[in-house]
Formats: sequence, structure tokens, C-alpha cells
Amino acid sequence: MTSRMFVLALSLAVASGAQAASKVKVGFISTLSGPSAALGVDIRDGFQLAVKMNGGKLGGLPAEVLVGDDQFKPDVGRQIAEKYIRLDKVDFLTGFVFSNIMLAAVPVAFEARIIYVSPNAAPSPLAGKQCNPYFFVASWPNDAYHEAAGQHATNKGYKNAYLIAPNYQAGKDSLAGFKRYYKGNVAAEVYTQLGQLDYSAELAQVRAARPDALYIFLPGGMGINFIKQFVAAGLSTDIPLIVPGFGSDQDIIRPVGEAMLGLFDTAHWAIDFDNAANKRFVAAFEKEYKRLPSVFAAQGWDTAMLIDSGVRGVKGKIEDVEALRKALKAGKFESVRGSFKFNRNQFPIQNYYLRVVGKDSQGRLVNKTIGTVFKDHGDAYVQDCLMK
Amino acid sequence: MSWILILEQSLNGLQFGLMLFLLAAGLTLVFGIMDMINLAHGSLYMLGAFIASTLVQATGSFVAGVLLAIPATAAVGILLEVSVLRTLYARDHLSQVLATFALILIINELTRLAWGSDAALPMPQALSGPVELLPGLRYPAYRLVIIAVGILVALLLFILVTKTRVGMLVRAGASNREMALAMGVDIKTLFTLVFGAGAALCAVAGAMLAPLFAVQVGMGENILILAFVVIVIGGIGSIRGALVGAVLVGIVDTIGRAFLPILFGIFFQPRVASAAGPAIASVMIYLLMAVVLFFRPQGLFPARG
Repeated sequence: MTSRMFVLALSLAVASGAQAASKVKVGFISTLSGPSAALGVDIRDGFQLAVKMNGGKLGGLPAEVLVGDDQFKPDVGRQIAEKYIRLDKVDFLTGFVFSNIMLAAVPVAFEARIIYVSPNAAPSPLAGKQCNPYFFVASWPNDAYHEAAGQHATNKGYKNAYLIAPNYQAGKDSLAGFKRYYKGNVAAEVYTQLGQLDYSAELAQVRAARPDALYIFLPGGMGINFIKQFVAAGLSTDIPLIVPGFGSDQDIIRPVGEAMLGLFDTAHWAIDFDNAANKRFVAAFEKEYKRLPSVFAAQGWDTAMLIDSGVRGVKGKIEDVEALRKALKAGKFESVRGSFKFNRNQFPIQNYYLRVVGKDSQGRLVNKTIGTVFKDHGDAYVQDCLMK
Repeated sequence: MSWILILEQSLNGLQFGLMLFLLAAGLTLVFGIMDMINLAHGSLYMLGAFIASTLVQATGSFVAGVLLAIPATAAVGILLEVSVLRTLYARDHLSQVLATFALILIINELTRLAWGSDAALPMPQALSGPVELLPGLRYPAYRLVIIAVGILVALLLFILVTKTRVGMLVRAGASNREMALAMGVDIKTLFTLVFGAGAALCAVAGAMLAPLFAVQVGMGENILILAFVVIVIGGIGSIRGALVGAVLVGIVDTIGRAFLPILFGIFFQPRVASAAGPAIASVMIYLLMAVVLFFRPQGLFPARG
């Protein structure tokens, strides 16, 4: 659109009495530096790609995306959120990877009645008692991947599973999620130090315990190390390893390599999904960034698309937050995961799939979908949410 | 719990300890001879891993890449010593800590600019499987290689320090710097040499551990703390102390992580055991340090009489 046409459209909009905004401003804050930066970078790239493919617009309005780095620090994340909301007057806030950082920053958005669309973190408190009208989850509830993994272990008939997670809240939540759907016996529940790099001692214990499945929740670099060492110890031939989807995606596959072959994981999306939106996304992502997208990139894309659908739904009148909420909740966009809908707490109800790491037609390591674990799965906390 | 498990865990402890020794040896000499607290030692370990990853890819050979990374990292270390650290020797420890902490941040960001936040250093294919040491005990081949390299480097270092003239000067510098200076030892060159050697040892540790761990920005910080614990236990300035301290820390850490939760499981409820076990295990090495310092405040093998 030329600027003259734009002015014309704007004046028409004003003339017709509608209060359509001239542009939509999005504050995007994520972890973009440090050892965990790969996740935030993928979300950002997916998000910006979607905006770019839309011709620089969200819901028909020119989009301005402010990008900030929380440096993996809750206080920094909150400071940037305050700046974006009070100074830059953003219309949406999004971006955070980690629950602890997001939880420090979102109250700022809630107080200012600014909608936060989560591209990743979706901790249980915000699903239950503290559910909030200004909080939308474009990804999946924190427990969901673990629940799906537990269900997969039950489906497989594993009788004696060994569980490992870091010794912090999300680690304990993850194993609780796994156990919610796992019906067999738990051989051992081991909590390691957060940020631990050498797992030789734990692996020796696993060998001695002879479990018939091993489930690990070790995000980022911890998972990279564990899987490498698990394979080197020769355990991969004896014990099936199960991980949550983000523990076995492109950001982990790249550094670990061939050792990932045959690894099972559970997720709400995979690169091989056969729907038009996903094909378009994967092709565009690879062309733009010269690498394959991870599940985080897919979440970034979907987050932008969800915002796009909301702004479109209110015909650009984003000042009307209640109408905007309704439009967002309708979830009217082609998600790369296929169809999904929002629950009462504005967390998604969707399918979860079993994936395995294999090779694609070009011999690259990718996740292949091999089955559905949950159909239309919500979360365990929604009954505590009083929001309608 | 069987004796095979105990044996495997002891090997794990030994392997971890020997790699810690490589880091601690350089650190203890720098601290002992130059009275310099160098927090950026961990950055050289990180640089060693990144340089090795590039050289392994460039040469196509793991051995050649790692061998080339050692002099390359030593050169970086020497450059660092000549350009920045030399001016810090006369300052107090607080200034040194501040300046070398700044170096950590600078080197981290420069590494990110040059390589990105992580790099890949794959394990050589031939060593990526397990070896059957005893019936029922399969141990990762690569970890055995690490143990062998660790022992080899320790032996070389021992011969270098005890049997050569340079080693004699190093020992003289460590036990009494002023006296060595008065006797006409060229301390300045010796410092640079020792620093380069320390950087080379960092490169060995970084490159050898990289296939097991992730090569990433910030990898040096965690392990540096353990290296400091090692040199405090072993006695500052003593190579022998660094070796004994490193193996002690390696074994106590591994045994603690492996057997404390089991031990707690016998006495407490599973919920308590799974919470307390890892918590106590993570402070075991600091307990060890406290006990050693209580009985021998100078460490196990003090360099200064």
C-alpha cells in the first residue's frame, strides 16, 4: 500500500466512525543471549517470519515489533516489560521462553490490561486459580508434553520406568505430569542439580537399576549432554529413552547429531505435519534462516498468527480489549499444528503426538510423527479457574 | 548395589578428577607463583573447546584438531598474559578478581561473535561405543581415553616440574618468589611461560571434555569453581596437591551423587530421601574442603614451607 492510499484508508476509517488503530505495536521479550538463547532465537525468528510473510502486517494493520533480551534474568525481563507498556504503549506483549521470567513480567501487562500471548511458557498457576483474562497460550500447558510421555509409556506397557529431572520446581512438575498418566511402577525418581553437565554417576545407577524405560526432563544444554553420554555408555541399545518434545528438537539435534536417531518424544507439532499452513511455514523458515525450524519456531509463528487473527477479528479496533479477547479466543487461523481450540482458561485444547527422530528424504535428522497420544487434551487445572 | 556399580562409579570419579586436575594444575601455578587470582582461567577452557571444534572440522581429524588446538590456545593465553594480566600482578586480589571477571564477560561475548552461542565437537566414531571391561561392566570407550590422557599429562607434568631446569625454576618461584627473583631468575618470562602452559592444559581439558559436554558460551564458569576448590584442598602452588585434590573431589562428588540418595533411602521416607539426597550430595565437596582446611589450613601439600 502506498502511503497516500494508506492515508486514504485511514481517513475513511475515521470518517466511518470506527476507531481502527493506525498500526499494531507488539513488545517481544525473550531470552536471546546465554546458553539457553537458542530457544528464544527460534521463537523470535518464527514470529518475525510470520509478520514478514504477512507483508509486515498483523491483522491488516502495519506491525511494529519491539524486540528485547531478558538475558535469562527475571528482573531484566520485568524492566523491559515495564518500558514497553508504559513508555512505548505496546498493544500486545509476548516472547518469554521461561516460566519464571514470564511470571515476573506478566503482572505488569495484566495491570495495564494489555494482552500477553505466550509463545511457550504456560505454568500451572495461570491455568488454574490465577487464570487471567489477559493471558493467552499459543503453545501448550507446561505439563502437557510430560503427560503425553506418561501416556505413551503406559500405552507401551512399560512396567518399570526410571525418571530424571533437575532439582527445581519445573523439574518436579514435569515428573508429576508424567506420573499423572503413567500407570506402571516408578523404579526411581532422581533429581539432579540444575545446570549439571556430567551424568556418568546417574547413568551408572540407571544401568544397575535395569528399568524398562527412562524418562528425562533436562532442558537445553543438560539434555544435550545427557543424551550424548547415554549413547556413549551403551545404554541406548538396552533401555528406551523417552523425552518431552522440546528435548529432542532441532536445537538439540544439531549439537548431538546421529546419536539422536530412534529417540521417542511427545509434542503438539512436528516438522512433517501434512497441512498447508505447516508446509508453507517450514519451507519459508528454511529459505529465510537456512536451518530447519524447531517446535519453538513453530510456536513463534503461531503466536504471530494468533495475534493476526485477533486484530483481524476486531477489524483493527484493538482499543476494545473485550472484543479483542473474544476474537483471540475464537482462534480463527490456520495453525501449523492443525486444529485446536481454547479452553475456558485460554489454554489450548489440542492433540499430542508421538514422534521419533529419523532421517528425511535428504538424509537430515528430523522428528517424524508416528502416532497420536492424546486427542483434544486440555490441562488438569482448568477446574480451578473461575473465569468464564 | 553391586561391586560392579561401585567400580564403575570409581572410574567415573577418576575420569572427572583427572580432567579437573588439568584445569587446576594451571590455576594453582598461576595462583602459587604469581599470587594472581585468575577467574578467566575458565574462559581459556571454553576457548580451547571452541578452537578445537573449529580445527577438528577443518582438519577432519579429531586427534589432529585437538593437538593443534593446544598450541593455539596457549598462544591466546600468552597474548592475554602479555597484554592484560601482566599489569595486574602488582595489584591486590580484589582488583584482580574484578579485572578477570570482566575478562570472562568480554571473552564470552567475543566468542559469541566469532562462533555463535554453541559449537559441535562430535566424538570420534570409533570411540563412541562402550567397551566391556569385565563381564557386566561396559564402560564408555571415550571416558577410558580421557582417563589415559589425564594420567599421561599428569606424568608429563610431574617429569617437567621435578626433573627439568624449567621445572626447578617453577618450583623455586612457587615456594618463594622474592628469593627466586633475587637469585636472578627471569620471573617475567617464567610467568608468561607458566601462563601459556596453563592455557595449554585448559585446551586439553576443554577439547577432551567437549564431546561429552556441550561446547557453549559460559561452559567455563561452573567448572572453574570446582577447580578453585581443588587447589584450596591440594595446597596453592602445588602440582601434587592439585592432582590429589582433583581426584579426591572427583571421587567424592561422584560417590556422593551416586550413593547418598541410596543411603538416605534406607533411613528416610522416599520423598524425603529424594529431596535431601541430591541437596546433601551437592555440598559434599564443600564439606570435604571444610574438613581439609580445619586440619590443614594450608591445604594437603602446601608449596610454601
